[in-house]
Amino acid sequence: MSDVQDIEFRDPAAQAASVVEELQNMQGEKMVLNMGPSHPATHGVLRIVLELDGEIITRAVPDVGYLHRGDEKIAENMTYNQFVPYTDRLDYLAPLANNVAYALAVEKLLGIHDQLPPRCQYIRVICAELARISSHLLGVGCFAMDVGALTVFLLTFTEREKIYNLCESLTGARFTTSYTRIGGVSRDTPPGWCDAVRKFVNEVVVNIAEVETLLTRNKIWVDRTRDVGVISKADAIDYGLSGPNLRGSGVEYDLRKAQPYLCYRDLQFDVPVGSVGDCYDRYLVRMEEMRQSVRLIHQCLDKIPGGFDNPSKEPVNVNDGKIVLPPKNRVLSGMEELIHQFLLVTQGMNVPPGEIYFGHENPKGELGFYIYSRGGGTPYRLKIRSPSFVNLSILSHLMPGHMMSDTVTILGSLDFVMGECDR
Amino acid sequence: MTTLEQASKLKVRFGELLSEPVGVRGETTVRLTDTERIAEVCGFAKNDLGFDYLVDISSLDNYGEDPRWTVVYHLRGLTNRCELRLKTDVSEEKSELPTVTGVWRTADWHEREIYDMMGIRFRGHPDLRRILMWEGYPYFPLRKDFPLAGKPTQVPEVAFTQVAPLEGGPFVTTPGGKNAIEREPRVRTPEE
Repeated sequence: MSDVQDIEFRDPAAQAASVVEELQNMQGEKMVLNMGPSHPATHGVLRIVLELDGEIITRAVPDVGYLHRGDEKIAENMTYNQFVPYTDRLDYLAPLANNVAYALAVEKLLGIHDQLPPRCQYIRVICAELARISSHLLGVGCFAMDVGALTVFLLTFTEREKIYNLCESLTGARFTTSYTRIGGVSRDTPPGWCDAVRKFVNEVVVNIAEVETLLTRNKIWVDRTRDVGVISKADAIDYGLSGPNLRGSGVEYDLRKAQPYLCYRDLQFDVPVGSVGDCYDRYLVRMEEMRQSVRLIHQCLDKIPGGFDNPSKEPVNVNDGKIVLPPKNRVLSGMEELIHQFLLVTQGMNVPPGEIYFGHENPKGELGFYIYSRGGGTPYRLKIRSPSFVNLSILSHLMPGHMMSDTVTILGSLDFVMGECDR
Repeated sequence: MTTLEQASKLKVRFGELLSEPVGVRGETTVRLTDTERIAEVCGFAKNDLGFDYLVDISSLDNYGEDPRWTVVYHLRGLTNRCELRLKTDVSEEKSELPTVTGVWRTADWHEREIYDMMGIRFRGHPDLRRILMWEGYPYFPLRKDFPLAGKPTQVPEVAFTQVAPLEGGPFVTTPGGKNAIEREPRVRTPEE
């Protein structure tokens, strides 16, 4: 009690003056904020170095490569069919679509892309569209969660779980499907699978409608996404965006329409486009694409050659023993089949020298494979044109001028996957 | 208008610099002999022939041949629905060609990736840094003379400076009746 100290209070007015002086010294001073590589809103291992002036982003430098596994190098050292499992791990939210894209690229190189059995084409389209629904459900769910609408995330993930169950009964794996083979698919649809798909697509439209009621006219959602991250038509083309990000900016370009592959020519669907190019438009495009995918799957189920459980035994692989593995029971009884099996497993198929590029309309955008072959069983060079890599390159142009809190909105609306970006 | 017609227009404009267009599997390829004029050719293709979209740039290592590098451009016209592949060779001594970032801005990251993976430099590129590998990594891993297992690096304090152990993988588990923490996979240490 005896040690009472005097505390000296400075004159408040003088204090205010010193604060103002301090602030003046800070004028023009910028802060560098390191976002990622491990951050919930960066959807993987994306790192962005942000330069901030208060709350405003003045510069953004994306840093990718944390998930680089050297897929292109690995591809040069194995046969074509051996690379199928690696394509699962590119865009790991839509492995079925990657499988289809890769198989189609190699088939184009082989020159058998127009000989695929019709049943195989329909199965592949169903797979690619299921993957699109799955990827967009996750894309929209995570986007909404990042912006604060957690309910949407729970709804979409419940639905996505059903797609995983379908994947499991079709391919044996929920996540790493590795379903296609060069010249066909690894197995026909199991009994009852087509019925299950029909049941699922009828359920998912209800879910999509529910998500729509939660978001599309929600004031908070609209305020957070409208006029945020506007990408003009010219910029979208100049930066090579593809998929929903390109169409969100009003460019009507869809590879399924522009260069129809598989049986897309026989199916009816619309290509949704945005008008402004902001985050809200990209969200709307994804929602509509899911409905169009449902429409496509319904048509495929109606038209699939051989019917649901294929009682007429329509083939799902091309009829060429030098490309597709023979049936197992024939390998041990027939000389020719044994030779084909042995050569395909040890050396791979004999691919002619040449080069092709094939672009596939993946959920995230255009997944392209450029394959340069010098003949033989392995590619000389396999370049993967991944949509996420190209879509992310616009960040340094798009981010400056936005508020710090818009970062998560923009990242969510671009819907990228680092496994594919870094390869 | 078909791609072949577009390619012959390009051929008319640049004459001897371009090879005859070759069409395989519905794709058209032209080869440019004078690499130094790649930006000019690309600019003409974009502005006068409507190839407004650059799909991809990739590179080839023709190891043991001269010229060693081939750079491959995939051009697309979004409105006229044409696709064109443009190839050009770069010698190993030079390992350099002009950038096309001035024509399409998407070329920025594609060129950085080629520099990172193959070590081909792009003159005039605004920011030619490594993109997938880390800063300071000394090799170019997609070259044909780079082994699949990787090479050790001498850069101190950089992650993964050892060759990847190919058999058994980089992680080991210890079997036996230990508790869950001790059974967890561990990074293989050299003395084990």
